[in-house]
Amino acid sequence: MRTAISSLDLRRPASLEEALGILRDEPRTPLAGATDLYVALNFGTLEPKRFLDLWPLDELREISARGDTLVLGALVTFTALIRSPLVAARLPMLVEAAALVGGRQIQNRGTLGGNIANASPAGDSLPVLAAADAVLVLRSADAERRVPITGFYTGYRKTVLRPDELIVAVEVPRIAGRQYFRKVGTRAAQAISKVVFAGVGGAAPRLAFGSIAPVVIRARATERALAAGAGIEEAVRILEGEIAPIDDLRSSAAYRRRVAGNLLRRFSRA
Amino acid sequence: MPAVGRSVARKDGIGKATGAARYVDDLVFPGMLYGRTLRSTIPRGRVRSVRLDFDPAGFTVVDHRDVPHRNVVALIEDDQPFLVEREVRHLAEPILLLAHPDRERLLAARVEIEYDAEPPLFDPERSDQVFKAISIVKGDGAAALARADLVIEGTYRTGHQEHIYIEPNGVVAVPEDGGVTVHGSIQCPFYVVKAVRCLLGEERPLRVIQTETGGGFGGKEEYPSMLAGHAALLALKSGRPVKMIYDRVEDMVATTKRHPSIVRHRTGVTRDGRLVAMEVEVILDGGAYVTLSPVVLSRGCIHAAGPYRCDHVAIRGRAVFTNTPPNGAFRGFGAPQTEFAVEVHMDRIAEALGMDPVALRRINALRPGDTTATGQTMGADCSAHQVLEEAVRRSEFLRKREAWRGTNRAIGLSLFYHGAGFTGSGERTLKSRARLELTPAGVRIAVGSTEIGQGTRTMHAQIVADALGVPYEDVLVAQPDTARVPDSGPTVASRTCLVVGKLLEECAREMRERLGPLSPAEYHARHGGFTVERMYRPPDWIRWDDETYRGDAYATYAWGCDVAELEVDPDTFEVRPLRLTAVQEFGRAIHPALAEGQIEGGTVQGLGYALLERVVMRDGAMANAQLTNYTIPTTLDTPEIDVVILENPYPGGPFGAKGLGELPMDGPAPAVVNALRHRGFDVREIPATPELLADSAPGP
Amino acid sequence: MKFTLNGVAADVAAHPMSRLLDVLREDLGLTGTKEGCGEGECGACTVLVDGEPVCSCLIPVAQVSGAEILTIEGLRGEHPLQRLFMSEVGAQCGICTPGMILTALSLGPAPSLDEIRTTLAGNLCRCTGYPAIYRAVMKWREEEGRAGGHGGGRQGGAA
Repeated sequence: MRTAISSLDLRRPASLEEALGILRDEPRTPLAGATDLYVALNFGTLEPKRFLDLWPLDELREISARGDTLVLGALVTFTALIRSPLVAARLPMLVEAAALVGGRQIQNRGTLGGNIANASPAGDSLPVLAAADAVLVLRSADAERRVPITGFYTGYRKTVLRPDELIVAVEVPRIAGRQYFRKVGTRAAQAISKVVFAGVGGAAPRLAFGSIAPVVIRARATERALAAGAGIEEAVRILEGEIAPIDDLRSSAAYRRRVAGNLLRRFSRA
Repeated sequence: MPAVGRSVARKDGIGKATGAARYVDDLVFPGMLYGRTLRSTIPRGRVRSVRLDFDPAGFTVVDHRDVPHRNVVALIEDDQPFLVEREVRHLAEPILLLAHPDRERLLAARVEIEYDAEPPLFDPERSDQVFKAISIVKGDGAAALARADLVIEGTYRTGHQEHIYIEPNGVVAVPEDGGVTVHGSIQCPFYVVKAVRCLLGEERPLRVIQTETGGGFGGKEEYPSMLAGHAALLALKSGRPVKMIYDRVEDMVATTKRHPSIVRHRTGVTRDGRLVAMEVEVILDGGAYVTLSPVVLSRGCIHAAGPYRCDHVAIRGRAVFTNTPPNGAFRGFGAPQTEFAVEVHMDRIAEALGMDPVALRRINALRPGDTTATGQTMGADCSAHQVLEEAVRRSEFLRKREAWRGTNRAIGLSLFYHGAGFTGSGERTLKSRARLELTPAGVRIAVGSTEIGQGTRTMHAQIVADALGVPYEDVLVAQPDTARVPDSGPTVASRTCLVVGKLLEECAREMRERLGPLSPAEYHARHGGFTVERMYRPPDWIRWDDETYRGDAYATYAWGCDVAELEVDPDTFEVRPLRLTAVQEFGRAIHPALAEGQIEGGTVQGLGYALLERVVMRDGAMANAQLTNYTIPTTLDTPEIDVVILENPYPGGPFGAKGLGELPMDGPAPAVVNALRHRGFDVREIPATPELLADSAPGP
Repeated sequence: MKFTLNGVAADVAAHPMSRLLDVLREDLGLTGTKEGCGEGECGACTVLVDGEPVCSCLIPVAQVSGAEILTIEGLRGEHPLQRLFMSEVGAQCGICTPGMILTALSLGPAPSLDEIRTTLAGNLCRCTGYPAIYRAVMKWREEEGRAGGHGGGRQGGAA
């Protein structure tokens, strides 16, 4: 049962500055590629009534390198990530993740910023950004601040983003270790994740998981143990204490726990 | 050049590829309202009160008191109401109907319904309300079991399956001539006539027109009667056309699904692998109303012993009540459930005997002269061994079975059959009719059979063209409109070619006799038009006893052997099908490309059934009623499918054809599960999800 | 709201948050675009916006302002894929066909089977099991290859 469209209001700023000005004056829900918000609209579960259309803001579509930092604008689509030689060179695991988001139609519209702001624990790009130690650039009309993605989420679908702020970019420092990504979804394409894992290898490995806790997590204790030379089976035991998977429509806690451990084993073998 | 046997241009024309084809949601009528169904939010209880929480001005509101004649969806039993009066038997049961010209206002209307809830029953094994019980007895099973060298037992389970036609259910009801005309996405227009006539009374004119239909698979067999009745009530009360299109969620929550099953086998065998006795118990979860469950159970039970020779067989089945939306017709109609069970059981028997699964089937598969569980003697149209041998050879089954042992690759097979047409005396009772009309524009087919993607129009026109000796292009096909075409019986049960096609062949031969040496156009120019109409008579030799379930269950059977090759990810338990070999014999392919399409499409539905498609029921209704969470195969979930069509023309069918539509659905699930068993997973149920495999796998 | 629709300038007065799908089907009467799920899974509502396939059930019409939109009607029945979908039985019930064809138009000139499968993964078909769709697409590309490789690219043969 669809949400009544006549009850909705949309502002269409021509620039980021104008968008931030609007948000300073009144709270509005940012709308980017609409691939999440319009599903809610179609199901009649869309609660906000007032929206701010970011889609025209081309200044948020940049993919660039600033020295060792890869800068991804918030409106970069999954298709843009898949096609970018720079992202392929710097952050190949993000390309892998982007290619497994929905079908082409969704990749063409879904944005990195939208995936972050939607705050689903199953967001496919989030473990990649967490393993990459990505930093989100949040801007309001008056200020700009940088928040590591691991500090962005405070609980299930809750973030530190203030109503007057927009995610404008994601900054990813250069990664030395090998990158690994594996999504375990409900089917081979167009799947919702049951478990997503992104890992960065090296002496101090970085391990990030999605869909196995209310928010994307870095398995810090497991990372520390591995860095200190723990064996893989010990690491898996520690990991099991760090994650909090649940039973839901798509999978079971037991399966998610077991597969998370197996993916860590596979990462350590690779 | 004959049309039969060639992949001629489809009668659909180009419209489906240009967007010009008109589906029901594409229709707009002047003054049209939109309809909406208010449904129960409890699985069992009684309605205490219904209160409209909106200003009803401008709305049309209908409840059970607006029913002009009888508040029952006439089908087999008269137990299901169009609209709840007091008793609620399942979640999402229709209680109240609203219509309004503005959809936003329609959706915004709030209705408060209070209930006295009662404890629901969801477990079919605990249900003592039996819709239908069937017993098939051949020989003396108990005595023979006692003499067997080995007895193997097992319980097999299958889940609900949702049709996921890409076009959801929908109709438009238009007031006309004091009655109603229903346009809709409908498999069986005359089922709708029967049900809506019972609802509105005989005296009211009623006409049902099938629009282009975006898939059916059984899901638009009986359910459209309910929806058409609702729209008709709103149209009559408002005096305006009313469109009702379900969105995907409503379609999944409220409409029918494949019956879940529990099947228990107890089989006695000799050490050298001969089946000596089979005991089978079949339980189908019918849901809250009888609907089609008795006949689904019937087909399920008849196929429950598989395509095997066994002198002592006892099959007992029951379809039972639960407080869930009624389960109904779905391609295969009970046979995919019971053939899954027997085929996985056969592999378990082979395992117990230390025999390979091909050898066990070679010993026991039916041959001409053997009798089935109902005592039907197989004739020359029995191809069990032929399909088995071709599938084994073509897939290199035995080599791969050995070579892949101990790897993550695995291979499994299934042998299956499917009876064409209605069971037993069903075709006699149906009295299906078909008509050929000689018109100024050409020869026109008038049948109630519907085109729902499978190629009805094309296949019928090919048969008529060749039987009449005219070019295929010259044959016209009328749109199924109950005011203009005869009742050819429902478009179900793999009968549209075998039965209706045969009728049309007879009509065409009769028309040819009357035309003499003239072409239809020449004849029409000299003598004017005429029509030929025939009623179906099943072959004289068919003997069937509905009481004892003894005799010739079907006029003929189609045969199949599927080989599934797959790879299991040992870390995630994800299953990747690599290749599926589908060898199928259904008499003769009237249109090879359409036939191949039926096999490929049915096979992929079967793969989804086997691996992906899990209906999560919570509190008596589907909780994962979105395409995001009920996952059907995408392109990337679908392996290469190697289709082999074996021909063994059946003299009783048109140009040797039998029935094909359902057969491909029967084989994939057991073939996949038998492959998983080959890989070491003790799986006995579907869907065989990664979660299930993880549970049946040894620890790390 | 102004945009180019099937090569022709269009101007519709619709609520800016109306779904593109509804504007096409109801305001503009182009019913070849179908709705199957409302959640971007089935792809029946696929249209091309600036040459790229998107789900029109998930797009506020404001966001196509100034864009070029191609719907199935824009192919005017003249595109070889339309004929091939019928002759290869890539269409059975036909409800997924317009979306499937439009997505296929975004394929490159000589796609491998894997590329076809990956590109079409956002379009569900419940009738065919997909192989006949691959056959139609492969034949289209073969015919084009023989004809000298014209008409490829992301806009297909569209106006």
